[in-house]
Parts: sequence; structure tokens; C-alpha cells
Amino acid sequence: MRLLGMIHKESLQILRDPSSISIAFVLPVVLLFLFGYGVSLDAKLIPVGIVIEQPDTATQSLAGAFERSEFFQPYHFDSIQTAQQMLNERHIDGILWMRSNFSSNLLAGEEAPIGVIINGVDSNQANITQGYIQGTWLAWLSRYAESRGHSLPMPVSLEQRVWFNAALSSRLFLVPGLIAIIMTMIGSLLTALVVAREWERGTMEALMVTPLRIGELLAGKLIPYFALGMTGMLFSVALAVWQFEVPLRGSLWLLMVSSALFMLVALAIGMLISIVAKNQFVAGQLAIIVTFLPAFILSGFLFDINSMPEWVQLITHLVPARYFVAILQTLFLAGDVWPVVLSNMGALLIMLLFFFTLVWRKSHKHLE
Amino acid sequence: MSGAVITLSAVSKSFHRAGHKITALDSIDLTLQPGRVTGLIGPDGAGKTTLMRLVAGLLLPDKGAIRVLGIDALARPLEVQSSIGYMPQRFGLYEDLSVQENLELYADLQGVPVAQRAARFQKLMQMTSLSPFTRRLAGKLSGGMKQKLGLACTLVRSPRLLLLDEPTVGVDPLSRRELWQIVYRQVQEVGMGVLLSTAYLDEAERCDEVILMHQGKLLGQGTPAEFSRPVSGRIFQASAAGCSHRRLQEQLSRAPGVLDALIEGEAVRLVMETPGKPEPEALLPEQQNLQLTAVEPRFEDAFIARLKRPRDLGSMTLSLRKKVTANTDDEVIRVHNLQRRFGDFIAVNDISFSVRRGEIFGLLGANGAGKSTTFRMLCGLLPASSGELAVAGHDLRQAAASARGRIGYMAQKFSLYTSLSVIQNLRFFSSVYGLRGRQQKARLEWALTTFELEPFRDANAGDLPLGYKQRLSFAAALMHEPEILFLDEPTSGVDPLARREFWTRTNALAEAGVTVLVTTHFMEEANYCDRLVIMAEGEVLIEGTPLTMKASARTAENPDPTMEDAFIQLIEQRQAQQATA
Amino acid sequence: MTCFRYILALAIKEFLALLRDKRSRMVIIGPPIAQLLIFGFAATYDLNNVPVVIFDEDRGVAARELVSRIDGSPNFQVVTTISHDSEIAPLIDNKEALLVLHIGQNFSADLMQGRTAPLQAILDGRNSNTAMIAMNYLRTILLDYNRSWLESQGRSGPLVTLQTRTWYNENLQSRWFIIPGIVGLLTLVVTLLVTALSVAREREAGTFDQLLVTPLRPTEILIGKAIPGIVIGLLQATLIIVLMVLFFNIPLRGSIGALYLGIVLFLLSAVGIGLMISAIAATQQQAVLGAFLFLVPSVILSGFATPIANMPQLVQWLTYLNPLRYFLVVVRGVTLEGDGYALLMNQYWPMAIIGVASLAFAGWLFRNRMY
Repeated sequence: MRLLGMIHKESLQILRDPSSISIAFVLPVVLLFLFGYGVSLDAKLIPVGIVIEQPDTATQSLAGAFERSEFFQPYHFDSIQTAQQMLNERHIDGILWMRSNFSSNLLAGEEAPIGVIINGVDSNQANITQGYIQGTWLAWLSRYAESRGHSLPMPVSLEQRVWFNAALSSRLFLVPGLIAIIMTMIGSLLTALVVAREWERGTMEALMVTPLRIGELLAGKLIPYFALGMTGMLFSVALAVWQFEVPLRGSLWLLMVSSALFMLVALAIGMLISIVAKNQFVAGQLAIIVTFLPAFILSGFLFDINSMPEWVQLITHLVPARYFVAILQTLFLAGDVWPVVLSNMGALLIMLLFFFTLVWRKSHKHLE
Repeated sequence: MSGAVITLSAVSKSFHRAGHKITALDSIDLTLQPGRVTGLIGPDGAGKTTLMRLVAGLLLPDKGAIRVLGIDALARPLEVQSSIGYMPQRFGLYEDLSVQENLELYADLQGVPVAQRAARFQKLMQMTSLSPFTRRLAGKLSGGMKQKLGLACTLVRSPRLLLLDEPTVGVDPLSRRELWQIVYRQVQEVGMGVLLSTAYLDEAERCDEVILMHQGKLLGQGTPAEFSRPVSGRIFQASAAGCSHRRLQEQLSRAPGVLDALIEGEAVRLVMETPGKPEPEALLPEQQNLQLTAVEPRFEDAFIARLKRPRDLGSMTLSLRKKVTANTDDEVIRVHNLQRRFGDFIAVNDISFSVRRGEIFGLLGANGAGKSTTFRMLCGLLPASSGELAVAGHDLRQAAASARGRIGYMAQKFSLYTSLSVIQNLRFFSSVYGLRGRQQKARLEWALTTFELEPFRDANAGDLPLGYKQRLSFAAALMHEPEILFLDEPTSGVDPLARREFWTRTNALAEAGVTVLVTTHFMEEANYCDRLVIMAEGEVLIEGTPLTMKASARTAENPDPTMEDAFIQLIEQRQAQQATA
Repeated sequence: MTCFRYILALAIKEFLALLRDKRSRMVIIGPPIAQLLIFGFAATYDLNNVPVVIFDEDRGVAARELVSRIDGSPNFQVVTTISHDSEIAPLIDNKEALLVLHIGQNFSADLMQGRTAPLQAILDGRNSNTAMIAMNYLRTILLDYNRSWLESQGRSGPLVTLQTRTWYNENLQSRWFIIPGIVGLLTLVVTLLVTALSVAREREAGTFDQLLVTPLRPTEILIGKAIPGIVIGLLQATLIIVLMVLFFNIPLRGSIGALYLGIVLFLLSAVGIGLMISAIAATQQQAVLGAFLFLVPSVILSGFATPIANMPQLVQWLTYLNPLRYFLVVVRGVTLEGDGYALLMNQYWPMAIIGVASLAFAGWLFRNRMY
């Protein structure tokens, strides 16, 4: 009865507090839409400058290849100086430069290089741009060779097959990973704030003198926020599947079980933070630094963990979101891959036991 | 079973704060009997709250043993907590839950069987007269109603011992009276033991037994009458025709042999250092008409006699460089048909009054009566919905910034920068009022010496004891020697000693020609005012001098009513009117 | 002159209030340093040691030569070789390999006979960006391999070649891209937190009323509150820039003056937005939440990690309201591209407008929002 009373109270508070609702539902929607629609690592229509110093059929067909490509938005310039000026002013991201001797060299059977200049500030985009230019160039080469009646000397050709995400759409991997971020926010940030609020408003003191046991106090807090977090999760999954058309290839029940496990870990961390902080300001700060930022950067959600320095990789093992992101990306895109799911769930289970023991030992019914 | 409800043996408790060790309780021995109301009395920092928390099992003592209802509170705190009721100073009401939901939550937590609830709730709601509000959110209740609801929540399962930590702080007289009635009903009906801490000394007289604490030590335990005995024969009422009670009080407080002089109605109450009626001439040689009458001692006299420390009284007065010499008939503050609405709610409804130069003018009323809203409008912090107001001829909301330089403002709760030191706070406020150089230095020195803040010069304002915080606020409001002083509940939550000091200083300011507008819910403090208005539900009920107000409440059975009696009578009259209307 | 004194007194008070409190000190100093380190080292798109599995059915010299080229690249690491088709799926599924290279039986034979030999690459697409980058690496290795194969056979490759140069970030290190962005990110976070809490905290403590009844004008209060944010932001930005140049070896090619003009304008807009959030919020919790709700989208929509050009048009319009968007161009422009004032003019004025507008609005809110 005591436990039910606590749960009832927490649920009413969640329903009446606009900030809980906004963290649990509004923020996820905003984030999902931002990442689902707003953020994309896939370059489209890269503005490139084309400089042809001596136009003729060869250069025209090469320029035509870039004009027809869905990846480029070509602009023509008369001189390399103007083009470089435009690159400098950030109007274009790359330049293709066919010098005046391009065609004559080609006809003479000599090497005819195309000068490519790419703005490398955004290295990732520069890499992608470079890849597209290579692709367009290779395609043109083989067509050009064919048109002249012989085939392109190509010793090894690459046949790529991308599993799970054939179109290499970044939305398909960003949206599932985002669920981990959202659950971290509900589980840790929101829980840390609400428990700290009880300390600040003095309601904790009143709770403590009731016959409520410490276990009941913890469970009374955990259960409603667990329910809130799981609702938020299902809501995000629904959005992901129906709104963003991310396939869910694994089984839903496995997703639920692993989410529940992760949610408990997040809640335990949130509890721990609020026990240490006892006021909302510090609790909020700690929650953002200890849970939110690592979930964003160190979880493999956006940046590849294998490419981080050794010591950073070690740190990522302490970030629960790391395991959950791996599970999510696998369950959504690959399916029920048991070894991946089980090993990551095992890691989460260990974390859960660790944090719960800590919470248990840190909470007592005393004010000091 | 007639065993003690609480037994403390040699209990000590200390805290570590910012590297200092603070002894909150110093080997306390204490036994409390069931079936009576015991008052825990002492100034700030006496250790009252710590004692309560120890008994409730929320803190562990450094040394000593605690038995509550025969149970070892250290070994089995949960068992103690199942049989006591504890209402902390800031009771843990969930403001976003309704009255009913709060009750249900505590009933769940205390394990009250569902079958018994309806009857119990109804009884509690009736007792606290909250029945009409069961669906209202707790956050929307007035201060007095919140306290009553807090008490109701602690009483959902009739406990054998009730611990109340300052239950009446910030509560209006009517609610206070009701709270006491509820407490006594519990004692009489179920023989509950009650331990209650309070800062109101008049409440001590309502207790069966009083425990007096000071700086973590137990000074005494006994009935209020036992405490008053040592001061009998030392208490006198003084009056002098043709001399304002304020001036008389000021003069008497410096007179030889006088331990304390307190304004009481139109007279001054004296506590002498030794028994025996003093010669009027010996007290005040220059005052011819001084009349002294011996009166019965009260608990408050005993409290002052025991705790007041001898001091250099010279520092108590305020040296004001500039005396305001203008005509005292000037209307410095004028309020006409002032109204303030928040949506549908009318916080201040059509009030009018005016304040003359050099007056102490009081705004009295329960919490939520509209005092603070009126105040904020006068200070230009809140626009009026309709009506006129003028402070020194200006509406401060529109007036040039320099007009604000003529007023001083002390907010209801301590509102200086807690992370700045005392001197940094004072320096900041004096600079923004345009003081600088030698003048600023002189005022800073003045503030530190007059308010005895020198020892705390570099301490963080947030770490000061409450009484010193109030002094600092007061000093900050006075740095620029304002002509008009706004004091919003300046003595709320401050212990009796600090309150006395505060009024002594305010009196001196008024004597120097400063106009003071003050709000308070301590009815006895109305006696310090020259004139006052009593407000309720946003309206002015009555305007006049304290004397006329008390006279209007005089009845056959109560020939000498206090201000509190007058207030309660007014409110009850109003409620009766509303009921018939 | 008096006006200046008032502002000075206020600014000193703000500094004291911030720096005497242990908690606020922690917020200003601790997290930024930690974030710089974590971001600096962890936030990279460059791939190292991508796990590769070789499924070589050919086992000829040419195949071995190709494998050794791949294994020799710092981007790839061959973790194992397999000999059966069915082993591919578990390796990819279990994330033991990101890339499986299948060299067919006739690989060497085809090569020797001048036919095109197919090389099959199977990639784990769960992280599409990683997959795409790995593919690009592989392609570059293959181009190189083809050219040297043809040369060794005495044949020439295609006459038309690409001579690629990358400007500003010659080795295409993503750290050069990310770390200057952190200057903007961290400066924004700290300034926003310092200012967003400043009014809300005073409102909660009741000191804001105390300020309003003094002869201070709202403008003076506004300036007094803006100064600490700007000064702390400037110090913070300077610290990060120094660390960036000395510790992470990022070049600083442009004019320092142009950079600092950008920083000041950016701080102006950040402080304006912070004070605006603060003036709207009734409690500190709301202020923190408000700052958070502003920060997250503004970081995502700034071009910090993903290019603005890739966003839908509607979202791109939204980014014009985001001061961080302009500032990131300024920092990257000055550090990597060596820009001066003229080239950055189009970034300066929008920040100035955002700053002035938000400050004016915050000032208006000071007096007109009482509850």
C-alpha cells in the first residue's frame, strides 16, 4: 500500500508538471525531427566550379558528366583565378580545372591531368566530395573509352555490397541511436532533477519520517519513471518506423527487453546523481556532463569508437549508452543478432548491478 | 503505561560546515511525559530543529542515547517512525497535488486502512476547516491553510507522539489559534504527547511545560509559571503624560537598572535587573510625569531576563546625519482607489490610505491579504491595474531613476547576495545608490559598527545567522539614508531578541523624521505603529491608531483586548457579514 | 560618468557572485576543459584500424599484393582470413568486421590475361557514414593498385587523371574541422549558462526586486549583467584557442583581429539570448531547461558536425537565426582558411543584429515581466 501510494503520487506529479512532459515527449520529437530530417551526412548537390581553358568535345563531355550527376551543382568559370576566388569566398566547395593543353595532350596520347581543388575545412565532406568526383570520373573514363571503340584498362574493379543500409542513408543509423540519447535524458536527467527537487522542497524530510522503507522509496520513484521512459521509447520507435521509415528487422520483444535493461541503468545513475547532488542546479549539471554528453559523443552514436585513441576507447566502456546504441543499431538494421545483443546486454546487466548496489548503499533514511 | 514519551541522555550533536565545527546540541538530558504539550523555546541556532530531527530518527547523535515511546531510536528508527507524527519546518506538501491527494498519499505511507479513511479524512478536514478545498492544489492554499493541511497529513494515523517544528511561523493569528485548538484536541482526546518548537513567546504560555534552549544547551525545563517566578516583582508598566510612548521607551531603555523596555499598547513595559519598585526620579530625572505600576510577569519577561546580553546601548540608536525637517503634515505616501488584478483574481481591491512624514505606518493582515502586492506596487515593482499612488509625489514605476534613490526597501525574505561577503554587499548597494569615496567609506564603517556586523565583515552573507541576515538587509536599505523606508515583513521568522533590536532601531529612525511603511503579521508589533490599516482579502478593513482599534474591540468580558483580539474580532465580523450577505 | 560607475559596481558584483560560489566556479572551469579533451580526441570522422576480413579464394601473388597494401594502410587492419562463404555473415552481423573483401578464384588469372578482375567488398552499413568513409579509403587504395599494376605490365593507365589538392586542411584531418568548432560550442555553452541563470537566480533569491528599487535604470542593469558574460566568454575562448594551437597543433592562419571581432559579436548575441531566456524564466530550473532547449538545436543546426548545405531548405532558413552558424564560419575561416575582415563581413552583421535585438528584448522584459 505504501508503495502504491508513492507510485500514485509520482504519476500525478509527472502528469501535472509541464517540464516532465516536455522532457519526455516534446524534446524527443524535436530531436527526432532534427536528426531525422535536418541532419544528414549525405552530401547532395555539391557546388563545384568547372574551369575549361580550351573548350572542345572532350572537355564538353567531361563537364556534361558532372552536370548530369545528381551529386553536383556545377558552375562554369573562365579562369582559374575567378574560380579560386569563389572557393575562397565559400561559394563553391571544389574546382575541376582542365588546362588549355588538356585536349591536345589527350590526342597526343600523353597524360592529361584534371586539376581538382577541394575545400578541406570540413574533412568529412571533402572526403565524400572526393569520392563522388572519382566516381564520376571513372564512369566518364569508361564511357569515353567505349565511344572510341576500346575498353578502359581496369585491372581490378570494385563491386561493393553494403549490408543493412544499401542506400547508405545516414538517417537509418542516426534515428535508432537517438533513442538511446532520449532514454538517457528521461532516465538520468529527469530523474535526477525530480529527486533533487524533493530534497530542495523539504518533502524528502516528511517522507523520511513516515514508516516508508528505503526500498519502497526507491521503487516508488523508479516505477513511474520507468513507465514514462518506456512510453517515451515506444513513442520514439513508432516515430522511427512510421515517420522516418527506419526498418525494424529484429524482434520487438527483444528491443523492449534490452530497452528496459538500459532504462534501469539510466534510472540508477539518475538516482545516484540526485543523492549526491541534493539540489536541482548541481543535479542538472552533473546529469548533462556525466550522462548526456558521453551518450552523444562516446557511444558510437555519431563517431566511430574504433577510431578513437586507445584511452578514450577505454572510457567508452563506462558509458552505458555505448552498449545500447550497438543493440539498437543491430536490432533495427540487422535483426536479432544474438552474439551482439547478448554481449551488450550482459555489459548493461553488470552496470545495472553495480549502480544499484551503489544507490542502495548510498541511500539511507538520514538527513546527513 | 505512564512511561516517558521521549528520553534523551547525554545527547550531543555537531555539524561540520565550511571547515568549522558547529555544536548544535551539547550533552542534553531530557525526559518528556505523555499527554501534555511541551514547548521547545529558544532563539535561532539554539538547536531546536536538530533535537526534533534526532527524536524523529532523521539524524544520528554523536554521543548519547535516545528512547522514543520506549523504543531505542538509534537501533530501530523505522519502528519509531511508525508510531510518531513529525511536521518539519517546511512541511513536505506536494504543491502540485490536491489537498485530498496529499492526504491519501500520507494515508498510504502511514498504512491507514482504506475502510477507515473516509471517516478520518472527514474529521480532519472538519477540524482544519479545509472541507471546501479538498480538490484545490496544495500550492494554491494560503500559508495558514498549508500549515493546517500539513498538520492534517501528520495526523492521518493518530500518532502517539507528535513533533511540530515551528508550526506557526508565518501563519496569521486566526489560523494560529485554530492550529493550537487542533493540537489540544489531540492531547485531550487521545492523550497524545506533543513536542512543539516555536519562536512566538506568547505561545509558550499555552504549553503545559516549556523547555528553554540556548546555543545547544538546555537552560531549563518547567511550567511557564515556574519560569516567570524569578522575575516576579521586576516587571512594571510605565507611562508618562505628554511624552510619546516611543520616546519614553527609548529613554527608559537607557535608564540605569532597566534590563528591557518594551512598548506595550500606549505604555512601556519594563524588566528591571533587581526586584523592587524603582523610584521614577531615579530612572528618568528629567521626566516628571512618569508613572510606574507593578504587573504580573509573563514568560517573555523571563526569557528576556535570561537571555538578553548586556550591551552598549549607545550603539543601538542610529545616528542620522541629516534630520528631515520638513513639515510633518506632508503626505509622503498617498494611495487612492488602488486596485490590482491577476486574471480574475483581485489581489488588492480599491484601497486608499495616506502616510505622513515621520510616521510609522503599518499594513497588517494575514498571509494573502494583499499587503505584499500593495507594497510591490508602491515600490514600482508591479504596475497597478487602476487607481492612483504617489510616493514622495511620484509613481515610482514611471518616475526617473533618481526618485528611487529616496526610498529604502527591505524585502520579505532575505534578499541580498548570499555568495557575497557582508562588506561586498554593503559596498555594492552603497555604490548603486551613488555613494563613493570618503562618504561611502564613512557609511560602510557606520553600518558595520551600528549593526555590529564588524566580526562578520568577510563572512558570506548566506552563512550568517538569521538575525544577522536581517540586520544586514536593514543596513543595506539604510546605506543611502532614505527618506522613506519600506519594510516588508521585516521580523518574520526572527527570534524575539532580534525583533526587539529591530524595532528599537526603527523607532529611532522615525524619531529622526524618516517615514516608515511596514507590513507585519505579528499583531503585537502593531503597537509600534503610529497608524495602521488592517487588510483582508485585498481590502482595507479599518484604518486608525492602535489605540482606537483596540478600543473598538473592548467588551465586557475582555476589558483590555490585545491587538490580536481586535484583529480576530474584525475578521470574524467580516466573515459573519459575508455569511449573511 | 555616474552611469559608468553604476555599471562598474554591478559588473563587479556579478563577478563576485559568480566566482565566490564554488558551484558556479565549477561550471565555468570544469566542464569546458573536460569537453575540449573529450571532443578533441573522440569526435573524429577519420577511421583508424577498420577491422577487415579477407576471403581469398585465389591465393595468387597479385591477390597477396593487394591484401598487403590494404593491411599496410593505417586505416585498415586485417583481423582474420576465412575460407568459406558462410563465414561472412556472422562476422559482419557480430560486428567483428566492418568490411569483408572477397577475392574470387580467377582473380590472378583475369589480371594476367588483361581482363578486369572483380573484387567484391561487403560492408556493414549500420553506421552508413563509417561505411562510406571506409569505402572511399578502399577505392583510393585500389586506384593506386591499378596504376602500379598497369605500370608493372608496361601499359599505361587512363590518360585522364585526377590531380587532387585539398586546400586549408591539406591532410583532411577531421580534428582540424571539429576543434575550431569547439571554440564556438564551448563559448556558447558557458556564456549561455552564466547569463541564463543570472536573472533567474536573482529572481528566485528576491534580489532582483532589490535591484529594481535602486536608482539603476534597466539599461544599466542589462549592461552590468552582460559584461561578465562577455568577459568570461572572451577568457574562455582565448583559453581554448591557445590550447587548440599549442596542444592540438591547429594552424591560425588569418587575422587575430578578425577572429576577435567575431568572438565579441558572437558573445554579444549569446549574452543577449541568455539574458532573454533568463528574463522569461521564473525559476532557475526553467532557465536551465530553456538554455538546454536552445542549445541542443542550435548546436545541431550550426554546421558543427554536419553541413548546413545538406539540410532541407526549410531547416536551412531556420539556421539563419542561429548565431553559432555564423561564428563557426568565422573561426574556421580565420584558423584554417586564413580569412581577414572583408571575407567575413557577411558573418559579422547577422550576429550583430541578433545580439542587439535580443539584448533590447531582454531589457524590455526586465521591467515588464514581473510574474
